[in-house]
Amino acid sequence: MSARDEILGRIRAALRDVPATETPADIAVDRPAPAAASPADVDTFVERVADYRARVVRCTPDELAAHIAAECTGRVLVPADLPTELWPAGAVPDHALPVTELDDVDAVLTTAALGIAETGTIVLDHDPGQGRRAATLVPDRHVCIVRADQVVPDVPSAIAKLDPTRPQTWISGPSATSDIELDRVEGVHGPRNLVVLLLG
Amino acid sequence: MSRTFLGTPAFPEAARSALANTQLRRNLAHATSTIRAKRAAVVGEVAEWERLRRAGAALKDRTLRHLDTYLQQLEESLTRAGATVHWARDAAEANRIVVDVARRHGTDEVVKVKSMVTAEIGLNDALAAAGITAWETDLAELIVQLGDDLPSHILVPAIHRNRSEVREIFLREMGRYGRPAPADLSDVPAELAAAARAHLREKFLRSRVAVSGANFAVAETGTLAVVESEGNGRMCLTLPEVLISVVGIEKLVPTWADLEVFLQLLPRSSTGERMNPYTSLWTGVTPGDGPQEVHVVLLDNGRTQVLADEVGRQALRCIRCSACLNVCPVYERTGGHSYGSVYPGPIGAILTPMLRGVGADAQVDSLPYASSLCGACFEVCPVRIDIPEVLVHLRAEVVDSHRGHPSAQNAAMAAAAWTLGDARRTSVAERVACAVGKLLRRTRRRAPGGRATLGALPGPAARWADARDVPIPAPESFRAWWARTDGGRTEQQ
Amino acid sequence: MAVGLLVTCLNDVLYPETGKAVVTLLRRLGVEVTFPAGQTCCGQPMVNTGYLDEAVPLVRRHVEAFAGCEAIVVPSGSCAGSVRHQHRIVARRSGDPGLVRAVEESPPVYELSEYLVDVLGVVDVGAYFPHRVTYHPTCHSLRMLGVGDRPLALLRAVRGLTLCELPAAQECCGFGGTFAVKNPDTSVAMGADKARHVRESGAEVLVAGDNSCLTHIGGLLSRQRAGVRVMHIAEVLAATETPAALADPAAEVAR
Ligand code: SF4
Repeated sequence: MSARDEILGRIRAALRDVPATETPADIAVDRPAPAAASPADVDTFVERVADYRARVVRCTPDELAAHIAAECTGRVLVPADLPTELWPAGAVPDHALPVTELDDVDAVLTTAALGIAETGTIVLDHDPGQGRRAATLVPDRHVCIVRADQVVPDVPSAIAKLDPTRPQTWISGPSATSDIELDRVEGVHGPRNLVVLLLG
Repeated sequence: MSRTFLGTPAFPEAARSALANTQLRRNLAHATSTIRAKRAAVVGEVAEWERLRRAGAALKDRTLRHLDTYLQQLEESLTRAGATVHWARDAAEANRIVVDVARRHGTDEVVKVKSMVTAEIGLNDALAAAGITAWETDLAELIVQLGDDLPSHILVPAIHRNRSEVREIFLREMGRYGRPAPADLSDVPAELAAAARAHLREKFLRSRVAVSGANFAVAETGTLAVVESEGNGRMCLTLPEVLISVVGIEKLVPTWADLEVFLQLLPRSSTGERMNPYTSLWTGVTPGDGPQEVHVVLLDNGRTQVLADEVGRQALRCIRCSACLNVCPVYERTGGHSYGSVYPGPIGAILTPMLRGVGADAQVDSLPYASSLCGACFEVCPVRIDIPEVLVHLRAEVVDSHRGHPSAQNAAMAAAAWTLGDARRTSVAERVACAVGKLLRRTRRRAPGGRATLGALPGPAARWADARDVPIPAPESFRAWWARTDGGRTEQQ
Repeated sequence: MAVGLLVTCLNDVLYPETGKAVVTLLRRLGVEVTFPAGQTCCGQPMVNTGYLDEAVPLVRRHVEAFAGCEAIVVPSGSCAGSVRHQHRIVARRSGDPGLVRAVEESPPVYELSEYLVDVLGVVDVGAYFPHRVTYHPTCHSLRMLGVGDRPLALLRAVRGLTLCELPAAQECCGFGGTFAVKNPDTSVAMGADKARHVRESGAEVLVAGDNSCLTHIGGLLSRQRAGVRVMHIAEVLAATETPAALADPAAEVAR
């Protein structure tokens, strides 16, 4: 018998007490509904991103270019499909660069799929403008542009909007560890600096 | 060959030596109290926490009661998304699958994301036996691996080490396996983390095969999730060409939408954060992004045995947050090694005996008793596992598996049941006890406030009396008093 | 009908004063108390050690003894929890449908503070106890029964009593029934921390709702010559300016 059939058989034997007529829907799940969107969500988002010791800069569309220039100095990786008007001076477009080269840039600039207010999380689904997963991982500084209208109130609202077939990276502050005496240290393997440019 | 838990003595003995280790006691008390406070603060922020917990428990129950259906659904959606699905009945089979895939790619090293399940199956040893080195990349796992140590906590495997111990391990060992620690390394955690970053980076950038577990596997979509903090997980899940994920069959959730519940419960319960720094979600292979060969090993290794236990089944809801360890007063004092298992603390005390089988040996049988049944674990568990209930249930299994064998405990319990099964017999026994009490009272001192006690006692009574004074029976039992005075009505005032 | 006092096997032989205090207190509040003579032990020591078969006769004894009472009052959170949660497990194990039914139909069981606050609706029981007191919430009263701050509310209403805060109050004292003898080292390590917190509280009396835990903590405190005595909460609540009167409730004016 294959391992698959044997395991499935063991499971069925183990669940003898479950009535044959029971369906998954018979087990009621009562869960809190997603919160309604509120104008305060953006403030909450800004405050909570900052709680993780990430840098948050709020700006208008007119100010964006100046802030990008200020935050993105040196060699800055950009997804090749990031709108060119956003490219900073030292932009290095990511045409499937080898990882060793990703390790050589000073920063990476991307957009995001959405932001979650309650948890101060930005979510990348690696659609155009957000780069492949390695691009926002290997460089030591990640500058991420989030539009105010992309901010959702909570985790259930985010899950409802996201497409599970896309790879996703949920980012809440810079990489961190609490493995030594439960003392939180920001900056391990992922970017040690996270900057969120909140637009609008 | 790295160290294993084999040969750990039964819990009371293992605990005794751990209790004598003052450094360990200090490290643990500091770490667990820090994380307890963090968890309490972020859980307190969520108005509907209790409803969320109930939803988490119900979703897991739904999955477990229909696990065969969901596993087949997962297999289908993974295959559709370009992943290769393997099934493993036990540790040996799972290890063989991983070794075979790694060998096929001709690699002599793999990078690993911290995962409980690969520790459970002893994957690193199996890989080593095949000439393949497994690099642990989580900071705490790295500390454990470099120190040739054993993990003692689900979330923070090196919780028993403090900063100066970590510094020593890094200085001594890192150079043997790659980039050495800087000679002037201090014991500041930020510097230690930076040393780990530098040491591991070359391994991340060159490794072609990675091994991970998964926190969740979505049956509906084939999505796997890894929840982490440092970015080592993202490195392993993203940079190598081949990814092998070993997933216990209890890790399933039915739908994508169900993740919303667990992604709220887990970070707050685990690291005490609103959200952990990084969560990676991937569904099979994404062309042009990340590993282009994705394997998923679905592992039983005793889980179906747990599933067959109607009371114990709830242990399979566990999302390995470690909140129960952090609040456990026993764990806080004895540490994780005393449990002699990859899964320590309250969840380990129920999961290990069920995975390995009650009656396996004296060590396993001692685990359900490694608890004062204080209930703190149940109170914090994000999926409402009634650990005290399962502990008591397993104690009954331990007792039942030893029935018929003469033992002092069996005899004492039988005698107690006989005496207490009848009020008259009880009252006779009480009269004897009270007469002894009267005698003792003449000679012994009284505790402050009037409760009479005895000091140290010899023999088996020493287990109590070594550190605690012993109460002396009253000269007259309540029962006798009630009968004599008609419930106090005829008592002289 | 009257409330049945489940005195508990431990109190019966080691701490009868606690039982007497419950009688005094309830009578003072106008409650008729009976002591069903058939009672012995709720069976918790057996169940928690894993001896379910051995607990069957005890559960049977319990439901027979208390049948006909309007409610059961017990000065122990842990025994109340056992009757409320474990008796049906034991009954099911016995395979005797009659026992399962008898357990289901058994009168409701209340831990003392629950009975006072929830059923009688009193917080001020007219007690007087001019001492510095700290309160340890025992695990089973706190987490299995969820008595919350009922005992604290009762203590706060006692005239003359100064309530001292107990650091890390909700942490287990390490008694845990057979745990105390099966894992004596861990049990004592936990108890030592509890005893230290009790000393730090500045109280002269440690009060709790379970004499089992008090035996353990009190045993440590007395071995340490800590100068802190332990008392069951019933004894504090029964105390008044005048010595206890155990008269017939009929002749007694409530409160
Ligand atoms: S048993 Fe509950 S509290 Fe403990 S690790 Fe598992 S999910 Fe977390």
